[in-house]
Amino acid sequence: MAEHQKNVDAVTGVSTTGHEWDGIRELNNPLPRWWLWTFYACIVWAVAYWVVYPAWPLVSGYTSGVLGWKSRDAVEVQLADLRTQRGAFAEKLQQASLAEIEASPELLSFARAQGRAAFGDNCAPCHGSGAAGSVGYPNLNDDDWMWGGSLEQIHQTLLHGIRSTDADAHVGDMPAFGRDAMLPRPDIIAAADYVRSLSNLPVPAGVTPDLTKGKEVFEANCAACHGADGKGNIELGAPNLTDGIWLYGSGRDAVIASITNGRAGIMPAWGGRLDPTTIKALTVYVHALGGGK
Amino acid sequence: MNMAIKVEKLEEPGDDDAPLYEARRKIYPIAVHGTFRRIKWALLIVTLGIYYLLPFLRWDRGPNAPSQAVLVDLANGRFYFFFIEIWPQEIYYVTGLLILAALVLFLMNAVAGRLWCGYLCPQTVWTDLFQAIERMVEGDPRERREKLKTASRSQRAFEAVAKHTLWLMVAWWTGGAWVLYFADAPTLVWQLFTGTAPLVAYLWIAILTFTTYVLAGHMREQVCTYMCPWPRIQAALTDEYAYNVTYRYDRGEPRGSFKKSEALRAAGVPSGDCIDCKQCVAACPTGVDIRLGSQLACIQCGLCIDACDTVMNKVGRPTGLIAYDTEMNIQRRQQGLAPVAKVFRARTLLYAGLIVIVGGIMVATLAMRGSEGVSVIHDRNPLFVRLSDGSLRNAYTLRIVNKQSLPRRFAIAVEGVPEARLEVVGGISETENGHPVVEVGPDQTYELRALVSTSAKLPANASLPVTFSVTDVIGGETTTAPDHFKGP
Repeated sequence: MAEHQKNVDAVTGVSTTGHEWDGIRELNNPLPRWWLWTFYACIVWAVAYWVVYPAWPLVSGYTSGVLGWKSRDAVEVQLADLRTQRGAFAEKLQQASLAEIEASPELLSFARAQGRAAFGDNCAPCHGSGAAGSVGYPNLNDDDWMWGGSLEQIHQTLLHGIRSTDADAHVGDMPAFGRDAMLPRPDIIAAADYVRSLSNLPVPAGVTPDLTKGKEVFEANCAACHGADGKGNIELGAPNLTDGIWLYGSGRDAVIASITNGRAGIMPAWGGRLDPTTIKALTVYVHALGGGK
Repeated sequence: MNMAIKVEKLEEPGDDDAPLYEARRKIYPIAVHGTFRRIKWALLIVTLGIYYLLPFLRWDRGPNAPSQAVLVDLANGRFYFFFIEIWPQEIYYVTGLLILAALVLFLMNAVAGRLWCGYLCPQTVWTDLFQAIERMVEGDPRERREKLKTASRSQRAFEAVAKHTLWLMVAWWTGGAWVLYFADAPTLVWQLFTGTAPLVAYLWIAILTFTTYVLAGHMREQVCTYMCPWPRIQAALTDEYAYNVTYRYDRGEPRGSFKKSEALRAAGVPSGDCIDCKQCVAACPTGVDIRLGSQLACIQCGLCIDACDTVMNKVGRPTGLIAYDTEMNIQRRQQGLAPVAKVFRARTLLYAGLIVIVGGIMVATLAMRGSEGVSVIHDRNPLFVRLSDGSLRNAYTLRIVNKQSLPRRFAIAVEGVPEARLEVVGGISETENGHPVVEVGPDQTYELRALVSTSAKLPANASLPVTFSVTDVIGGETTTAPDHFKGP
């Protein structure tokens, strides 16, 4: 009896667990019954969960549960829902012309969102995630277009590519004037200096450009594609040499290298690889980046 | 000595282990009559009336907007409260409201105890209603105990079915009213009765019917004593000047039966007013004895005051043996001093002050908020673009908000960049004084791409602060958003 009382707290009359820390004893207040039941229910729930859903890892695989539920299937259902939700808009996008898409704020917004995703998946490896490009890969944010920057022209470029295997691809060759021995090196250097002068690029120290000779060489060899004034020709993909944008760099060495070895960047044809609606969305997205004409 | 006891205890634990759970003592409070009961009935009718009927109140907001006074429109992300409309990004108003509610709770507590718990808390109100239904069907506790012995099995079964049916009906109505706050109430009621309401509505009604039935019918005071954190907090918010439902032990003790105390008094021996009839305990919805003093389980509903006053009137002693009183006044009366009422104390003034400040800030921001908004994000990649003529361009995403229920046209302008040219991609049809104009639908946001170009020569690593401004073409209201213009 004496021992019995030792495990009862004198003040509250509640029994203790027998544990004591620095004179503080832990009371053993009983739980409410509903709490205990909830606790048991949780245990039952957990066991039922093991049976019904995937739960335990095995040596190869796992217990799949009687429902056969898979997270992969759940994703499929969600994706199907998404396609259904997009259905109406996607259909409109399919029907609408490029100009109609740009004129309708909600279609434009939908096309740009879809275009942004498609761009990230397909175009970003070369053009960069923000379409800022790099040397040899054009920046699509600016207003300089080798093959034209209208909706229709961008659409054509996307469909058929540039120097691609597509029969309707843009084709235009910048000859390798040096490598193929079409011009002697001094002529190439003179032409390079002349071309750089067209857009007022600074002359490197110690260089005295022979612009008269350069002009002669240019008119004889380059003007056919780039035009007598050097403003280029989008029919041939000949870039404008008088502006501030240089796909392969504006340095003297870079320009000499371009004339010596030629340039023939390739863009794949996306027609047939992407569905027409996605190509439409990409066209609108690229056009709306800011440089579209 | 102490050490020895400790060792002994550690070696012999559990020889008197407590039970695994505490069996619940079911509480059947008696019906009381009096001031506080009447106040509680009135508040019950008012609060439940508001809850059940508010969704049907109409409020004209003009075209393109719902006409329900209080509506949480989850699909469109809007909260309507009479003349106020809250957008998701204005959730801080709800935060402010919650802060305000907490402060009001604190103030209530510092002034007059657990007014919330005793009179206004949904758990209290619905439990009160459910207990009233229980008494209506099964009778008062005494009657109920009699019936357990005398009534036929069929009568008791009938009463049990009647009680639970009535409870479930109230619970169902409670859940039904809840969903009405999330959709147009009259339409949803029609849909519910014709079976065409969305599945989620039925689901929520079922969930809330279940919780109401369980919490108010079965859990009752256990919600207050086991589940609610508020009783734990409120002990820290009261003090000796706070009015609480108090047993005036200075008057009541020593307690004793009426006959005994009358005999003692006749003999000139002091005897307290409490006749130990235990009516205060019988009336208590949480089953506590108020004479033990303030305690966690006491929700301070005042029903023991009514019960005690009734008895005091019967035995011809002054009422108010249990009353709203302060600890300080009991002590002062014991010392023969006059009671004091000190409502203006540091804590009440602090709470009141905070309420005024928070409320003031909320009212001011609500009154000053505009009916339009603009936010801007600079393109991260590329930060800037060199154009063919050598000029620089930065691209931004603008989001324009029209909070009015009519379509509006906004002129967009940018300042801070020399020789700036502004172009906008997306649905532009006109310009106003050379500024591009966009139309934003009623109660909508519109996202567009803004391109700012300049031919001016900028210093290296330039980052010029720029300001986009959006002006309502007709109303003239202007909103601005800052950003930067980056250069190489």
